Amino acid sequence: MAKIIVVTSGKGGVGKTTTSAAIGTGLALAGNKTVIIDFDVGLRNLDLIMGCERRVVYDFVNVINNEANLNQTLIKDKRVENLFVMPASQTRDKDALTMEGVEKVLEELSETFEFIICDSPAGIEKGAQMALYFADEAIVVTNPEVSSVRDSDRILGILQSKSKRAEQGGEAVKEHLLLTRYNPARVEEGEMLSVSDVEDILAIPLLGVIPESEAVLKASNQGEPVIHNQDTDAGKAYSDAVKRLLGEEVAFRFLNAPKKGILKRLIGA
Amino acid sequence: MSFIDYFRSKKTSSASVAKERLQIIVAHERTQRSQPDYLPAMQQELIEVIKKYVAIDEDKITVSLENTNNCSVFELNITLPG
Repeated sequence: MAKIIVVTSGKGGVGKTTTSAAIGTGLALAGNKTVIIDFDVGLRNLDLIMGCERRVVYDFVNVINNEANLNQTLIKDKRVENLFVMPASQTRDKDALTMEGVEKVLEELSETFEFIICDSPAGIEKGAQMALYFADEAIVVTNPEVSSVRDSDRILGILQSKSKRAEQGGEAVKEHLLLTRYNPARVEEGEMLSVSDVEDILAIPLLGVIPESEAVLKASNQGEPVIHNQDTDAGKAYSDAVKRLLGEEVAFRFLNAPKKGILKRLIGA
Repeated sequence: MSFIDYFRSKKTSSASVAKERLQIIVAHERTQRSQPDYLPAMQQELIEVIKKYVAIDEDKITVSLENTNNCSVFELNITLPG
């Protein structure tokens, strides 16, 4: 049985797709057969972040409509063994995904995969609800910023009331907080919410803190998930998060700004 | 922080303002979340019915729903004009 993990946030632009790509790649690098599904129908982008946009032939909606089978649709990653991408459809039909169709595809994928990562669209509409409905675990991607934290709390409410597990009254969806675009220097200046501020408000266990990093844009420019770049703080922070997801205890890094020398302090650089 | 900043007056950090505002709004929205979807509409209709018979001030009405272990208590308080 595969573990289904939704990457969600409510707010757009906080790093859901970047995170889906990095975490999915990390899980596969650790030897787990993993598929990342793009649920953002009409606004497909996971393929670009994963660098496989020119290899898309069929998509999620084609599988649901029986126009293609899973093997034709899944794109095998060129860099990592055991990693596959299921692209979203570019159709403008909002109702292209159906709950029954999604369930059927997830069931079929569950037979061969160990991890299924569902990259949710922004918002709290049907697309986002469909992405989280079947989840066993949820990674809530949040920026240390008021609108993102508030929206994360909304999405947590939906996970706790509208997911399959919530409706059937079983074990609750396991929630993880992933703080992205974290800038320790600004936190120290009192200009940004700290990790503990966000933890206090959302009250869910912390999976990782990804520092704001130029490497993230560079990685998306090149279509190579940032976790491949282990020389960067963001890449290392994602690796740590993957280890924690797999049950390992890893100390948190990159929470403090690098210490400035006396000269830099004086001139305020 | 630069040398010059040491002479400036300390203001409340914007992060602590953000945290305080978030704590208030999130707590408020969580209590609303636990209400059933029909509650606001039902509340409005009840008020309309009461207004048909008694001249009341809408501010004088409080509606609350409390959940205990096995039952929910719906409370409607109306202060009638004396």
